[in-house]
Amino acid sequence: MNLNDALFKYSIRLGDTSLILAQRLSEWTGHGPFLEEDLALTNITLDIFGRAKSLLEYAAKIEDKGRTEDDLAFLRTDREYFNALITEQPNGDYAKTIMRQAFIDCFDLLFYTALAKSKDETLAGIATKSIKEITYHKRHSFSWVMRFGNGTEESHTRLQQGFDEVWAFTEELFEMNEVDEVLLKEGIAVDLSALKPLWLKEITELLDKANVQIPEGVYMQKGSRKGIHSEHLGYILAEMQSLPRMHPNAKW
Amino acid sequence: MEINFEELFESKLAKNDFIEPKDWMPENYRKHLIRQISQHAHSEIVGMLPEGNWITRAPSLRSKLVLLAKVQDEGGHGLYLYTAAESLGISRDEMLDALLTGKAKYSSIFNYPTLSWADVGAVGWLVDGAAIMNQVMLQRSSYGPYSRAMVRICKEESFHQRQGYEIMTHLAFGTAAQKDMAQDALNRWWYPTLMMFGPPDVESPNSENALKWRIKRETNDQLRQRFVNQTVVQAEYLGLTIPDEKLKWNESKKGYDYSDPDWIEFKSVIKGNGICNKERLMARNKAHKEGEWVRAAAAAYGKKQQESQVAA
Repeated sequence: MNLNDALFKYSIRLGDTSLILAQRLSEWTGHGPFLEEDLALTNITLDIFGRAKSLLEYAAKIEDKGRTEDDLAFLRTDREYFNALITEQPNGDYAKTIMRQAFIDCFDLLFYTALAKSKDETLAGIATKSIKEITYHKRHSFSWVMRFGNGTEESHTRLQQGFDEVWAFTEELFEMNEVDEVLLKEGIAVDLSALKPLWLKEITELLDKANVQIPEGVYMQKGSRKGIHSEHLGYILAEMQSLPRMHPNAKW
Repeated sequence: MEINFEELFESKLAKNDFIEPKDWMPENYRKHLIRQISQHAHSEIVGMLPEGNWITRAPSLRSKLVLLAKVQDEGGHGLYLYTAAESLGISRDEMLDALLTGKAKYSSIFNYPTLSWADVGAVGWLVDGAAIMNQVMLQRSSYGPYSRAMVRICKEESFHQRQGYEIMTHLAFGTAAQKDMAQDALNRWWYPTLMMFGPPDVESPNSENALKWRIKRETNDQLRQRFVNQTVVQAEYLGLTIPDEKLKWNESKKGYDYSDPDWIEFKSVIKGNGICNKERLMARNKAHKEGEWVRAAAAAYGKKQQESQVAA
């Protein structure tokens, strides 16, 4: 794999992960648990869509085949998508959405902080801008995990259920392949194996304070690095891509 | 010396001064404002739904960001307006309860469905355009908190209207199918938008007091006429046809003659017979009910935190 291929695939992976997460989160807009929280989660969603747009723009530029970020978002099939499986999981109730978000925010803050030092200037620039946003996102999701874990019996039960549904998708975030190897050598990619103990420490502390049990021996799902997804992504794309696919020559 | 509060109130109105929350005000004035401002807040919140219907299907990343930000702005407007209404002595819970039980009204326009992406454009162009006509006038409303909320809201609304018109421009100058989509949206939204200004002046029950108290400053028909005059030119630029065969320039009134909307349909949709009335209210109720345990958890956790701080 040459450097350019690897850089394209890396940007696509990051862009897709942000895009599918934001697409999921945007399902909450207008339906949040109360008005202020609806506005807060939408703010977070906007940040993540914005990051997805920048990353896919960069991927299109690296690829240099005349495709735009919209072509990449709206005209690729599920097998050509490389978002992490955790992002495509259904929102469930607010506890599940928050649990998923806390896992991702914690990962993203570590990841983009490291990526800000990348030798690739564009990725480093996007990462630098993202750090401030993700710091706020993480404060938001972590504080809700604390509220749910220590609030009422119901909120605690729901948080534990949300955890049980999402936990199996966390390990995949740290999976590395040839793309990472090629870019690590050039000082472009982030060494995910180095992030894992840091992530695990923070998450374990949070879950401990929120009285969430981490069961032993959970089978960890993976597949997205090869473009193999859960059943959910097909529906997400069918909905998201419907208009551009119905009107192939249209501009919006 | 005894202060005559009513004279003081009247003299403020006469001088174009604002009435502020702590000032004396006639009970009917207070009631009228609570009704109007809370209805306006409810309209913003319910108004998030028809456009929200297209967030997951917006056809480009940019249009998705713009739409999401817009729907969020509507929620923000709801928030300022609820706060303005609270300054008149009603709680947010009371207002929400009135909305969720169907006692309070909201703008009937949101009971019409958004069937295509062009509807997102048409809602911005026409519905926000009509809302701005009303709201520009309300910036000069006599009640201070309402007037100030409207100044902020108007700035954002005019932005939304431009964004809506931009969507219409892409469609109207796009493929044949896109142009059809745009025309179809205009056909369906034109008359419901004209209805947004309320019944004709001769039949408008709340207008007289609202004008006297400077809560409103122009009549329904005056605003409607201004909207028609402005919109005809914009439709012409897009090459779209306003669905009114009687539409004609009238030199003597320096405005367009136009057909009345179907006021029987208007009353029927207000009564609850629009295709989306039940769904809109169900969506609000569902979000509220499913959020109940979230709000309870936040309250319980907040209380525990306070107690542990007191103990420490």
